[in-house]
Amino acid sequence: MKTLRDTWLVFQRHLLLMARSPLSIVLGVAQPVVYLALFAPLLKPALASMGAGSMTDAYRIYVPGMLVALALGGGLYVGFGLLAELSSGVIERARVTPVSRVALLLGRALRDVVTLVIQAGIIIVLSMPLGLFVRIPDLLLAYVLLALITLGSASISYGIALKVSDPTVLGQLVNNLAQPLMLLSGTLLPLALAPLWLQRAADWNPFSWAVVGMRELFAGHTGDPAVWQSITLMAAVALLALTWSARLFARSVR
Amino acid sequence: MIETRGLRKSFQTGRRRKTATVDAVAGLDLTVAKGEIFGFLGPNGAGKTTTLRMLATLVRPDGGEAVIAGADLRTQQAEVRRNIGYIAQDGGTADDVTAREELVMQARMHGIGKAEAQSRAVAALDAFDLTEYADRNCRTYSGGQRRRVDIALGVIHRPKVLFLDEPTSGLDPQSRSHLWDEIRRLRSEGMTVFLTTHYLDEADALCDRIAIIDGGGTVAEGTPAALKRSIAGEVVTVGVTDAEVAAKASEVLAGQECVRSAELREDGGLRLSVDVGETAMPQIMRALADAGIELATIELHRPTLDDVFLAKTGRSLRES
Repeated sequence: MKTLRDTWLVFQRHLLLMARSPLSIVLGVAQPVVYLALFAPLLKPALASMGAGSMTDAYRIYVPGMLVALALGGGLYVGFGLLAELSSGVIERARVTPVSRVALLLGRALRDVVTLVIQAGIIIVLSMPLGLFVRIPDLLLAYVLLALITLGSASISYGIALKVSDPTVLGQLVNNLAQPLMLLSGTLLPLALAPLWLQRAADWNPFSWAVVGMRELFAGHTGDPAVWQSITLMAAVALLALTWSARLFARSVR
Repeated sequence: MIETRGLRKSFQTGRRRKTATVDAVAGLDLTVAKGEIFGFLGPNGAGKTTTLRMLATLVRPDGGEAVIAGADLRTQQAEVRRNIGYIAQDGGTADDVTAREELVMQARMHGIGKAEAQSRAVAALDAFDLTEYADRNCRTYSGGQRRRVDIALGVIHRPKVLFLDEPTSGLDPQSRSHLWDEIRRLRSEGMTVFLTTHYLDEADALCDRIAIIDGGGTVAEGTPAALKRSIAGEVVTVGVTDAEVAAKASEVLAGQECVRSAELREDGGLRLSVDVGETAMPQIMRALADAGIELATIELHRPTLDDVFLAKTGRSLRES
């Protein structure tokens, strides 16, 4: 109960901080928007292998993948904020209060989810004139999936940040982690083009499953097994990552 | 209010095979009474901050024990946290929020309800002269204002004990004395204040009692006045018209009860070791007047805390 109250409190604070610098949200969407405008047309022939006959089809395949990439990539970078707060003493000030340790991390991760929800909303709205169409129940499920991905990737980032405690090392590590994870999930380039061994490797990437599930949702196939599979898988990833980083955090800040 | 026995903390430095263990704090015994401003004076690296962080539950001690406001540091951390406030050297305010928001948030992290938190924030802003800037982002504050916000944050839950790490480091003289007044006010409200400092004048002017720390342990403890007296006593220098008179004055004064020793200096002055300068000076003047000796100058030199530090460690605090 106390953890819940404290999480809400920490969440509110970070929401306030976010509202004070809305630029970071907008800048976070800048890259995906550029991808949307430049990559997708380039990829239309490639996406044909996945059944895209028109530009509209291409966007229906490309946008869901990009949303996953946004959740994954955006989440993996949140560790920087944590390191900055650790060194500024803001977290230390919280540590001498009886506030729940888990809440200090969970509240931040939930803020990251809100950031993503806003960013994903911007992308989806921008994609609509391009032919993207999604029904509300599917959209809500897609948001559940995105929220879980963000919880997972943000927690991983916090965990790594606590382990390395150096922004430079964190940056390199996150880059090296994000690139293969995104490539191996077929978010930027379709995996249909990949040689078989690469496709098999992608099967081991949980985020690749998330992309498949997301595409089914945007295709209107709510009942497709890939949907519940991806949600279950992402829930498991989020839970594992959150437990890991929360324990790490609680231990390192006591 | 604070009692420690054999408090220890060591850190590993270096990496791989070249590790070395550094005893940051090596067996610290301290007693701080309720309602006093207790200063921890020492050079950088003496273990001041580590001690403070241990007492504030931020660092786990390797050994020893401590009781803070009746709660055991090792077994009752939550209870300790309820009773203490801690203000780090670099503070800890976010740039993009206002002092009011920070205060409400801090109160709520202590488990205080929303309405109560808001009214406490208003009271704190008023008490620390911050109302005027209450709704401006912390980014825009001056060093002194920011430091006052830090302290207001540290006491928003009305702790019994307040830990302050280098409270006036980097502040201009005016902000410093303003901050000293705030700290004295907190003491007058019954709070026990434990602060670290490497400023001699701060230890001297602000603290009721100090411990001088060097190399992880205390080398001296007491009121600033007692510490200074303990090393050399005080010195009164008397100047007379010529050497002949000086010799006579020396004879007269050597017989005085308040004078420990008298020494003729080459420049014809007379150097007198006394216990308490304020009371010795009138006695000296009277004795000389009774003997018909005319006094040209009289000067009192009191040992500083730096003299104490020098006597105890062989180094000057200013140099270390």
